[in-house]
Amino acid sequence: MADMRTPLSRARGLGSAKKGTEHFWMQRVTALANIPLMMFLVGALVVHAGSDYTTMTGFLGNPFVGVLMLLLIFSACYHMRLGLQVVIEDYIHGEATKLLALIANQFFTLTIAVACALAVAKLVIG
Amino acid sequence: MVEIALPANSKIGKGVAHPAPEEAKQPRTLKIYRWNPDDAENPRVDSYTIDADDCGPMVLDALIKVKNEIDSTLTFRRSCREGICGSCAMNIDGQNTLACTKGIDEIKGDIAIYPLPHMPVIKDLVPDLSSLYAQYQAIEPWLKTDTPQPQNEWQQSREDREQLDGLYECILCACCSTSCPSYWWNSDKYLGPAVLLQAYRWLADSRDEKTGERLDDLEDPFRVYRCHTIMNCAKACPKGLSPAKAITEIKKMMVAREV
Repeated sequence: MADMRTPLSRARGLGSAKKGTEHFWMQRVTALANIPLMMFLVGALVVHAGSDYTTMTGFLGNPFVGVLMLLLIFSACYHMRLGLQVVIEDYIHGEATKLLALIANQFFTLTIAVACALAVAKLVIG
Repeated sequence: MVEIALPANSKIGKGVAHPAPEEAKQPRTLKIYRWNPDDAENPRVDSYTIDADDCGPMVLDALIKVKNEIDSTLTFRRSCREGICGSCAMNIDGQNTLACTKGIDEIKGDIAIYPLPHMPVIKDLVPDLSSLYAQYQAIEPWLKTDTPQPQNEWQQSREDREQLDGLYECILCACCSTSCPSYWWNSDKYLGPAVLLQAYRWLADSRDEKTGERLDDLEDPFRVYRCHTIMNCAKACPKGLSPAKAITEIKKMMVAREV
């Protein structure tokens, strides 16, 4: 059936969600946090290239390293959730598929974050 | 999902070729998208070779020449022929621009002319912009105040007036919005660069008293935040404006009232 709504009615739609700025802001804040944290991770990996298992677990078990690692995990996973959400909203147009993808994105990024955080905690606490 | 391939009834076929007049000194070929809603046929690309030596300098002059002398069925919008009405916006040589301000000599080889991308086509080079106009209406592009109307005009300092430079020049030709992938994918909810530049024109107006309400109406993951600053809009704008900058200013205002 032809859509008989007026173009203005369609343009106004359900109105404004009155949010979106926090998403925009946090994407930038986490991006900023990721720069030094990622540099630390890459630097640490380069320094420890070829190191054995005990050296690595010892390094990651250091509380200061552990804090930086946990911050990186939190910031990177938060950033990943926000970024993937944008991609899904941009490109997936079926309402049901979009909703499922958005929920899957939440679960996926949270699972990754918790699993990584637990690994770090295990090394730090022993 | 995003559709990559064209639907079967939009696939472009081969069209009719109209050869150059025999005495042509400077033959130039225009390859023009044609589609007629009155027959059941697919769109096609017709080619018309004209003598650029016997034609005005702009692409619009060439189109008018084709319509007057070769094929009167060719349909396109035009009015002012000097870049102020925005009617003759179309995709020329792969870039959205105004046919009346694009010189024929700026283009090498054949001149490909298509309607503005990703809009429903009414006929040939005429796109249906009613949804964009409705979005423009939805941002309420007029001065809104609660203070009673002054005896004379609403006053504005010279500096405040300067805030509207780079905004008031917009002619709403839609070159920017139809060059924006975000607008292609989500034009049902994303307002697009043209309408957002206009929205900012009212946000930036020192005389307006509804800035907060305007921001409330815009703040939405889709209405504004589909802009990912890829700058196609600024590149396309035939008036040299930057809708991307206007959108960034809107985002800055939104952050400013929250953070």
